[in-house]
Amino acid sequence: MFKAKVDVTLKKSVLDPQGQTVLQALHSLGFKHVEGLRVGKHFELMLHSSNRAKAESDIKVMCDRLLINPIIEEYSFQLEEVK
Amino acid sequence: MKAAVVVFPGSNCDSDCWHVLNDAMKTKVQYVWHKELNLPDIDLVVLPGGFSYGDYLRTGAVARFSPIMNSVREHAKAGKPVIGICNGFQILLETGLLPGAMLRNRTLRFVCKFIHLRTENSKTVFTNRLSSGEVLRIPIAHGEGNYFCDEKTLEELEAEKRIVFRYSSEAGKLGDEFNPNGALSHIAGIMNKEGNVLGMMPHPERSSEAILSSDDGRKIWESILNSFK
Repeated sequence: MFKAKVDVTLKKSVLDPQGQTVLQALHSLGFKHVEGLRVGKHFELMLHSSNRAKAESDIKVMCDRLLINPIIEEYSFQLEEVK
Repeated sequence: MKAAVVVFPGSNCDSDCWHVLNDAMKTKVQYVWHKELNLPDIDLVVLPGGFSYGDYLRTGAVARFSPIMNSVREHAKAGKPVIGICNGFQILLETGLLPGAMLRNRTLRFVCKFIHLRTENSKTVFTNRLSSGEVLRIPIAHGEGNYFCDEKTLEELEAEKRIVFRYSSEAGKLGDEFNPNGALSHIAGIMNKEGNVLGMMPHPERSSEAILSSDDGRKIWESILNSFK
């Protein structure tokens, strides 16, 4: 069994109005030293995969086909084996 | 001409579309539930506005897996007209029948108001009763209408005259102050290469009768009907 944690953010080239608004709110709280902030999404998946390589390739396909929209988003993921 | 309005769980402009086609345009129209496998014998597919599947994951992202969508894709590939309005536009983007994607509105707010849009291409199935540059007053109602695509796609859309509507002033002037959501290049509606699939954020079905304070949307339905004469 594998546990995957997928993090999704808008691409650098895409304006993130939500991130900018949260950044401004942090500034108004006094955290003026925060320079950049991007808001994203987080998925956690449990997979019954026979091995790590299969789990990794499946996650990539799932991301590309459904979990993210490659036109505006990018992702990274971590995979750990769990009992 | 015969039309079908596809109903997804969470559609909420389906009866408005049906009403306008049936009562205002006197067209044969029927609802098609998203679980149907095949479209009936019709000419036009309407993908209505709303919040299909609660906008879960991304707007329109789950609706593209509805059983009826295979038949809608075939209908589009056969060159027959499809109009996606608001959430219908978002579904067309996620389905890949139109290029690009929607981002949250620049203001992060849901915007519900009348806006003006300028007709950029009047030689389409959907705009042949309009003149080039004609300004329409039609309402929008969305939280994610901030159209985005890469530079290459935008160049193609421009060169192939596939930007059908842009947000503008009442006089047809373009500017950030007339763009309600931050959409790239003020885009309010685009079509596919073949010109038979249109996606637009404004709601022509909410402005097709004088009693609703604007019947400018009617010209879009008239254009579609006209293309079948």
